[in-house]
Amino acid sequence: MSGPKTIYDKIWDAHVAHEDADGTCLLYIDRHLVHEVTSPQAFEGLRMTGRKVRAPEKTIAVPDHNVPTTPGRDKHIDNEESRIQVEALDKNARDFGINYYPVSDIRQGIVHIVGPEQGWTLPGMTVVCGDSHTATHGAFGALAHGIGTSEVEHVLATQTLIQKKSKNMKVEITGKLRPGVTAKDITLSVIGATGTAGGTGYVIEYCGEAIRDLSMEGRMTVCNMAIEGGARAGLIAPDEKTFAYVMGRPHAPKGAQWEAALSWWKTLYTDEGAHFDKVVVLKGEDIAPVVTWGTSPEDVLPITGVVPAASDFRGGKVEAAQRSLDYMGLTPGQKLSDIKIDTVFIGSCTNGRIEDLRAAAAILKGKKIKEGMRAMVVPGSGLVRAQAEEEGLAQIFIDAGFEWRLAGCSMCLAMNPDQLSPGERCAATSNRNFEGRQGRGGRTHLMSPAMAAAAAVTGHLTDVREMM
Amino acid sequence: MEKFTTLTGIAAPMPLVNIDTDMIIPKQFLKTIKRSGLGKNLFDEMRFTQDGKEIPDFVLNQPAYRKAEILVAGDNFGCGSSREHAPWALLDFGIRCVISTSFADIFFSNCFKNGILPIVLPQEAVDHLMDDARKGANARITVDLESQTVTASDGQTYGFNVDPFKKHCLLNGLDDIGLTMEKADSIEKFEKTLAQSRPWV
Repeated sequence: MSGPKTIYDKIWDAHVAHEDADGTCLLYIDRHLVHEVTSPQAFEGLRMTGRKVRAPEKTIAVPDHNVPTTPGRDKHIDNEESRIQVEALDKNARDFGINYYPVSDIRQGIVHIVGPEQGWTLPGMTVVCGDSHTATHGAFGALAHGIGTSEVEHVLATQTLIQKKSKNMKVEITGKLRPGVTAKDITLSVIGATGTAGGTGYVIEYCGEAIRDLSMEGRMTVCNMAIEGGARAGLIAPDEKTFAYVMGRPHAPKGAQWEAALSWWKTLYTDEGAHFDKVVVLKGEDIAPVVTWGTSPEDVLPITGVVPAASDFRGGKVEAAQRSLDYMGLTPGQKLSDIKIDTVFIGSCTNGRIEDLRAAAAILKGKKIKEGMRAMVVPGSGLVRAQAEEEGLAQIFIDAGFEWRLAGCSMCLAMNPDQLSPGERCAATSNRNFEGRQGRGGRTHLMSPAMAAAAAVTGHLTDVREMM
Repeated sequence: MEKFTTLTGIAAPMPLVNIDTDMIIPKQFLKTIKRSGLGKNLFDEMRFTQDGKEIPDFVLNQPAYRKAEILVAGDNFGCGSSREHAPWALLDFGIRCVISTSFADIFFSNCFKNGILPIVLPQEAVDHLMDDARKGANARITVDLESQTVTASDGQTYGFNVDPFKKHCLLNGLDDIGLTMEKADSIEKFEKTLAQSRPWV
């Protein structure tokens, strides 16, 4: 393809190892991240067929989904099934010779936080993982997306994926954000505007002044939830912030290789006049701090709004909205800021990075959480945790009444012991508010770390701007 | 992988939009290290009470649909996580085909790897098939992958699109990895070039 290209076109073209006449390609995979839940069947498949891991040096494994976040987990995991999965990953990593960060390693954490932190994720790469939030790595200008277990096995065996190219979609956030508005509010507002299927079949490029102004942490938050908008991948062209973040990381290139890499990375932007199949533009100044009210990430409203009625929607969404209202125990017309909560969860691959903890701690400093509130912080990695302790953030959380946990996915998907009870209502910084996501019958409201911290103090959903 | 050629079977109507992978197979069942046996937990929290009793209203608990092999579903079926446990659970229950106006990308790919055919049809066609499915066990829907058609119990036929490569694999029950291994030379060549052009990878 000649003519102007998008960044997605450029990365795609640089990774096609084989193309069939019908456009089906073998896409070469630069980094394969692996966790304990979606990989055991894939490794078992390799064993049964006598196949090897083609590129163990490009494969990185870390347990995160079902590990407990309480001390002693490196010695023993109570839940037998979880223990078996973690032990299977230990064994598979050893047997197949892949890079591995066990729970005893301070570098362990959520796979999408560990990858960038260790410099495995670099601009222009193809990155896959058996997890839909792999889109996170797109923040570096990498083409990153989730795959199923059959594809995990395919990548392990061949270091490629059978793929057809997706369409290009541009999401532009113009201008500046207002105070109290964060990357999480951007990404939720985009999903609110496009719906959870708005990005299906597309790779999204996020651009515009408000995106450029975000830190790398904020960009990861934005790309992380591309999948909640239906897009397998979301990415942001790399710039000086990207290069500064990557430089010096353990697995980033050094010396002459760094220079060579940098000169290629600087070509990774969308050419003037490149074609997008779909364009969405939001004004940064129109974005408010938002929360979700329902059981789909598209159920987004500014915190100043009220709970909608099912009749506000059309088509199949009417039934779905009514089901959400019933499940969430909400009444149409109720002010969102009147919704009382019992639990606060700060963490996840969406908002478990140092900047997220700083934002929450800034709200909590010198305050206490509402009496009776259960609140926990689960740092995204052991290194984020250590840094937060060094910066005094951990003490702020502990003094406020939060539990200070070890790294993992935790209550984002509640595969480990961190779960909601039926009817329990949670202000969460994670990415999905599906029925039962955080525990059967649990009710999830998604929001930014600062908003979650504010809710912890007041005991109800709260406009963080009132506390700034 | 089991072949998919033609299927005539009971279709269960699930008109709800955005049926997500957490609904299809809740996370507590992802702790298995096997692919089989997940059918009993398919749609677990919609299908069973907390103490394990069947919820009679749920479609797959109704006598007419207990042996359904096809689902006719609302928009954006399978959204959410990449867990292949979702198609594994459907397949283990006996579902070989899902018909909707749209599917989430990852779920859609995962189906093809497991001998399940996801079919995208326009709204009117899905509405008609949904009505057909609501008639119960006597209204059988026929799916023919070779001719790419779905036929309702009243004889109304709809054509559907399917990627030629995916169709070929499904019709013949082919293993993707085996097919890719045949192109090992291309991969090797690519890797050699990569070592020169982007040695840091």
